Amino acid sequence: MTLLALNPLVSPDPGLFIWSTVAFLILFFLLSKFAWKPIVQALDERERSIEDALSKAEMAKAEMAKLISENEDLLREARLERDNILKEAKEIKDQIINDAKDSAKTEGAKLIEKAKDEINNQKLAAMAEIKNQVSTLSLDIAEKVLRKQFEDQDKQQALVNDLLKEVKLN
Amino acid sequence: MDLSHIFNSKKFFSKSFCAVLFSLLSFTAFSQEHTSADTAHAETSVAHAEGEEKEEDISQMILHHIADSHEWHFFGDVSVPLPVILYTENGLVTFLSNKFGHNDHGTEVINADGVNLVNYHGKYYYPSAVKGADGTYITHDSKGDILNTKPLDISITKNVVSLLISVIVLLVVFIGIANAYKKREGKAPKGLQSILEPIILFVRDDIAKPQLGYRYKGFMPYLLTVFFFVWLNNLMGLIPFFPGGANLTGNIAVTMMLALCTFVLTTINGNKNYWGHVFTPHVPWWLYPLMIPVEIIGLFTKPIALMIRLFANITAGHILILSLISLIFIIKSVLVAGVAIPFVLFISVIELVVGFIQAFIFTILSALFIGMAVEEHAEH
Amino acid sequence: MIVGSIAGIGAGLAAIGAGIGIGSIGGKAMEGMARQPEAASKIQTAMLIAAAFVEAVALFAVVVAFLGTGQVN
Repeated sequence: MTLLALNPLVSPDPGLFIWSTVAFLILFFLLSKFAWKPIVQALDERERSIEDALSKAEMAKAEMAKLISENEDLLREARLERDNILKEAKEIKDQIINDAKDSAKTEGAKLIEKAKDEINNQKLAAMAEIKNQVSTLSLDIAEKVLRKQFEDQDKQQALVNDLLKEVKLN
Repeated sequence: MDLSHIFNSKKFFSKSFCAVLFSLLSFTAFSQEHTSADTAHAETSVAHAEGEEKEEDISQMILHHIADSHEWHFFGDVSVPLPVILYTENGLVTFLSNKFGHNDHGTEVINADGVNLVNYHGKYYYPSAVKGADGTYITHDSKGDILNTKPLDISITKNVVSLLISVIVLLVVFIGIANAYKKREGKAPKGLQSILEPIILFVRDDIAKPQLGYRYKGFMPYLLTVFFFVWLNNLMGLIPFFPGGANLTGNIAVTMMLALCTFVLTTINGNKNYWGHVFTPHVPWWLYPLMIPVEIIGLFTKPIALMIRLFANITAGHILILSLISLIFIIKSVLVAGVAIPFVLFISVIELVVGFIQAFIFTILSALFIGMAVEEHAEH
Repeated sequence: MIVGSIAGIGAGLAAIGAGIGIGSIGGKAMEGMARQPEAASKIQTAMLIAAAFVEAVALFAVVVAFLGTGQVN
């Protein structure tokens, strides 16, 4: 201690030591209570809020990307569905047309058949009619001719019979 | 560590440069006044050898400027007396330092509240019974040490006033900033807040977090207080006139107090691991008698080194500046000023940086020591 | 006087040692920073701490010199 006491510079002054201790401790307690606590808290708070905002922005960005991709998926699906529907419709149309064509064909064929039958029937009827007509006419003509030419009944009759034998119904 | 965001701005540099220039101009004027008074005093006593006396005077002047005093000297004969508070055998004795004149040669016994005292080189002693051969009431032993006992001096000295000013400035500034943080919650900083916020963040991110890890929160108030206290007082010490000029951080009592705070924190917070490291070091058992005393000495040298480092750095800076200015009076030529003043300017700018770096070093070493005390796993 | 001068010489010798030490710390730190500019801030911190430890030695010498030159009264 005698060595330290040599120079006033390196011998701590007790008065100043006491004062500085008291002042520093008061400063420390006041500052840590009224200054450092709110300041450090505010800085932490701000840092946290900035971090939060950044992470939120990141999240929003991801959400956006997700939404966009979802929309695209939806669109693609819708487009596919539309295509399918169109394709189906076309198929149905084709089928309907084909069906119609087929049914028209069969119907037509039926009608034609019917008409043919009718025509045949008519033809047969007409033939029969004509035959009858021809026979009556020819009978009539023959009667008239014969009446004039053949007064003689017997002869006439014999001739008629011969003739009738000759005229064969076809 | 990234100091660049603090030092980078040109504004900061130009401002600090102007401040230093301005302060130095007034400083030199002030020293000149003071020293010329001293030399005038020296010249009156022609009997002594001129050169010898001059050198003594200059080292006296430098020591006087660095040391504490019972009055605040402004310029020339203008000085403000400060209250003297002595705890004597008769209890507390209080008086203004100029009450009994300015005699500090120990040649006059003063009687304050019934206690006999003698003022010798700015310090109050109990007088010797008889006047010595040199006309003083102070007795020296053969080595020149003073034998007189002295009362406990708890005066409001220049350093104490400076200390109180710095405490008030710190309280006003930081409580103001804290209110700004409360008022402008979550918003960008503004004004003083935005100047000091990067420094607070610097203390947190570059000093506390790397040294203390996740435990940094509990020690932040201490580290911040120490950092700003040391820094402000370093800067105030560089101001040569009224609010500064007290050389508070260049006073060993103050740095001792600061180092003691760190020591107390380290000791209180030291965990099992820390004490285990001291008392059961990782060496063969037969080395224990050697290692344990070394470790125990190591506990004390750390705060002592802290104390000496800050004290000697700041004091050396002040002595350097004062010596360079004194060159003008040693060589007795105004022309020397042409060399000395730019040099002083240069050193002052360096001192400005040293003021910051020493505050940083003090804080980071405190954090380091506390970090070593609270660390859970040994480093090796 | 003589005590003071010897103490001064001692402080000067200590300053030489500390100067060499701080110089090599600074030089090596520069080298490191040049090699790894991205680690510059870490190197800077470590450099300042190391320099402070070396400087403390020189400052102890200065303080011892103060002790020696105490008797100016």
